[in-house]
Amino acid sequence: MNTLRPALGPTRRTSHLRRHAPWVALAAALGLSLLLPGQALADFWTPESGGSSNADAIDNLYKFVLAISAIIFIGVEGALIYCLVKFRARKGAVAAQIRGNTRLEIGWTVGAAAIVIVLAVATFIALPSIRNPDDSGAAGLNLAASGVAPGVLVAAGPTKKLPPSGKSLNIKVVGQQYLWRYSYPDGDENTLNDTFSYEEMVVPTDTAVTLDIQARDVAHSWWIPALGGKFDALPGYTNYTWFKVPKGMEGRVFTGQCAELCGRNHANMTARVRAVSPADFEAFIAQRKQDIQSANDAAATTRKQLEPELSDSGSAEPKQ
Amino acid sequence: MASTDISMPTTTPVAVPVPQILAHEVERPNTGWTSWVTTTDHKKIAIMYMVLTFVFFILGGVEALLIRLQLAQANNTLLTPQTYNELFTLHGTTMVFLFVVPVWAGLGNYFVPLMIGARDMAFPKLNAMSFWMLLMGGIVFYASIFWAPPECGWFCYSPLSSSTYLPSGGVDAWIFLIHLTGISSLVGAVNFYATIANMRAPGMGWGRLPLFCWAMLTYAILLILALPVIAGAVTLLLTDRHFGTHFFDASSGGSPLLWQHLFWFFGHPEVYIMILPGFGVVSEILPVFARKPIFGYKAIAAATVVIAFLGLLVWAHHMFATPSPTIVLVFFMMSSFLIAVPTGVKIFNWIATLWRGTIEYKTPLLFCVGFIGTFLVGGITGVFLAVFPIDWQLTDTYFVVAHLHYVLVGGAVFTIFAALYYWFPKMSGRMMSEPLGKLSFWLMLIGFHVTFFIQHSIGLDGMPRRIYEYDDVGNLQLYNLISTVGSFILAAGIGVTIINVYVSLKKGAIAGPDPWKANTLEWYTQSPPPANNFDTVPRIRSVEPMKDIRRQIARQGEEREPERAMAGASAAPGDELQSA
Repeated sequence: MNTLRPALGPTRRTSHLRRHAPWVALAAALGLSLLLPGQALADFWTPESGGSSNADAIDNLYKFVLAISAIIFIGVEGALIYCLVKFRARKGAVAAQIRGNTRLEIGWTVGAAAIVIVLAVATFIALPSIRNPDDSGAAGLNLAASGVAPGVLVAAGPTKKLPPSGKSLNIKVVGQQYLWRYSYPDGDENTLNDTFSYEEMVVPTDTAVTLDIQARDVAHSWWIPALGGKFDALPGYTNYTWFKVPKGMEGRVFTGQCAELCGRNHANMTARVRAVSPADFEAFIAQRKQDIQSANDAAATTRKQLEPELSDSGSAEPKQ
Repeated sequence: MASTDISMPTTTPVAVPVPQILAHEVERPNTGWTSWVTTTDHKKIAIMYMVLTFVFFILGGVEALLIRLQLAQANNTLLTPQTYNELFTLHGTTMVFLFVVPVWAGLGNYFVPLMIGARDMAFPKLNAMSFWMLLMGGIVFYASIFWAPPECGWFCYSPLSSSTYLPSGGVDAWIFLIHLTGISSLVGAVNFYATIANMRAPGMGWGRLPLFCWAMLTYAILLILALPVIAGAVTLLLTDRHFGTHFFDASSGGSPLLWQHLFWFFGHPEVYIMILPGFGVVSEILPVFARKPIFGYKAIAAATVVIAFLGLLVWAHHMFATPSPTIVLVFFMMSSFLIAVPTGVKIFNWIATLWRGTIEYKTPLLFCVGFIGTFLVGGITGVFLAVFPIDWQLTDTYFVVAHLHYVLVGGAVFTIFAALYYWFPKMSGRMMSEPLGKLSFWLMLIGFHVTFFIQHSIGLDGMPRRIYEYDDVGNLQLYNLISTVGSFILAAGIGVTIINVYVSLKKGAIAGPDPWKANTLEWYTQSPPPANNFDTVPRIRSVEPMKDIRRQIARQGEEREPERAMAGASAAPGDELQSA
């Protein structure tokens, strides 16, 4: 047998290769994807991050799970392919009549359970940094002294978490077909006169921003990938999340879009978060206030002008 | 004939003996199409199930290809947003309710009675009713394409599904589809349970029940537990839409979250309903082509039951992004982790079944192996999604689309094709073409991975599911184009199998009763089996009755060999099997 092997070697190898050509092609395609340039590589295998520490923490947890998964994947697929190649039916080969092995089976059940426990522990370790908001930094919006939003303090709810200092810039996010509306707090109790904007949210850097997420019509889902996970906006409920754009990211715009099917133009329900310096943020709020005020005034003037006309045309008796 | 006419009162009742059995005429057996419409034979019903569900499979596939065509280019205008929403709703609903769940009912219908040595299902007329209800459900649903198909996705989330936002009848067609196919599956499930519990061959204890039958039993129990919940939920939706109730209307004290809980309480067991029978098929096919007994029969049967039990406790992992308390998220993360354990055990057992076997590379085996390799990826990405902070990034994106197709195409479609290639000789009496089968397998495997592997990255790059257009940022357009190309390769692979079925039905080699030298009782009878299935049923002594029979025949042959040698007889031992 041994003496025959060298002679058979080359022909066997080529037929071998041909037989497994599709597998080889598949492996090559996977391998090629690894050769993509660095940034593309990160995009290929991991979620987006970089705009807030909670998104980064999710990304790290994801990478940990990915590493364990890669080991399991290679191990199991390796064992499968090994069996397929090694135990092909050959002349004279007899299958071993094995019906089971209790020890081995208990072993891999316990092994699988152990991996699951490791993943659970890792999740619990990472969870606080994802769920609990950070305090605002020194360079952030001074919430107590800010002229625009003096002393913005919101109470923590049963599921809502606040930064340890208890202070955050609390923005209300309301989804509607097919727009996001943001209202910024102005310090007084009345929420009806809050400054608001549509589609683009403007936030100060280095400031803990908490979001109250609601929906006006159907279900939507708030998602800016680089600022953390998505949170559903459901009518009748308020969902919460937070983010803090680090200092130095002024001018960055983070994009995202509604992630829950909300109707025909679901694809067009986009959202942007623009990070600006705290000073620019205050200027933005002041400008918005002014714009809204002048728009309201203009509307009131127009209404007044139209009033006689409207009351005439609206009267019950037709004019002859 | 002792007929009593009611209109003419008889004044003097005479005690005439009434004959108990009376034959007016002997009905001819139905032939042609009436033999199909009127049948209660489990095998004919099963064939109708399979033909019908494959028609829906093709419809669902065409819808998928249209979706992929629309997404092949960024900002494509091939389809309108409305048509796009209708297409993915039709595609999802069709594949789940009109293909995967009922195709298992079809395959189970054919083979559960044969594998346990029964002559039919326990309730043949109910069995026929199951099929006709399925057909009605399909007609009601697909009729909506002539008016207004539903556009709320296959899980029809409230409040989008309310009459305020979708007033047309599409959602109602969807509701009646759920009701009709639900009744079909429920009646079928009761039938499977009764059949397996009561009609097993002598000697076939629970420990000798074929693993496919274990899977079908579990499938039946899950259907019985899960279907009433969705039936209730869609009834609430129907009354919300038309009769002024407010179960899911937040502005009147209802809750849209209630819909999600009710739907997924059904929806997640539904996933196991779709893949457990596939696990059963793999557990039947691997031992046959590895020429080895299944590794750890009891562990696999137990894992099936444990998966089903845990499958009832994981539903809210579809709702990690909803406003729910952290403790709820933690519970459903842990239960979803737990379900990975029995699933992993099954995969290890299958690989151990191949270990030290003599593997014959026939098409059914290839599909089973392709299933293991593919489903593993779906299982692993399932663990990513079970970690709820990670799920916040991944849910409702193409990552989930990739995951669910790895599970359902890898877990269900590949095993359905394995079952088709494995059992086709039994159903038709003819073998399917091996070269075409292998071509189909490789096209499907490569097409599948090209289509769906890249979708993980599409999701990670921030593309949500169910959007009809996207901007060309990063590599999104390239990735989507790759996915679209893959989907057409996959479709070509499926097309090859359809051609293979068509050609083999006419020209396939005659199979004989047991072409694979298989292990279970369906190979004991002729191919295709006669109407009564078996003339005699042997006593069952193990999980592999056919192996026992072959061994016994071989032994008898050896005993008789000296006599035969003297008599000059040349009968081969196998001949007796043919005549059995």
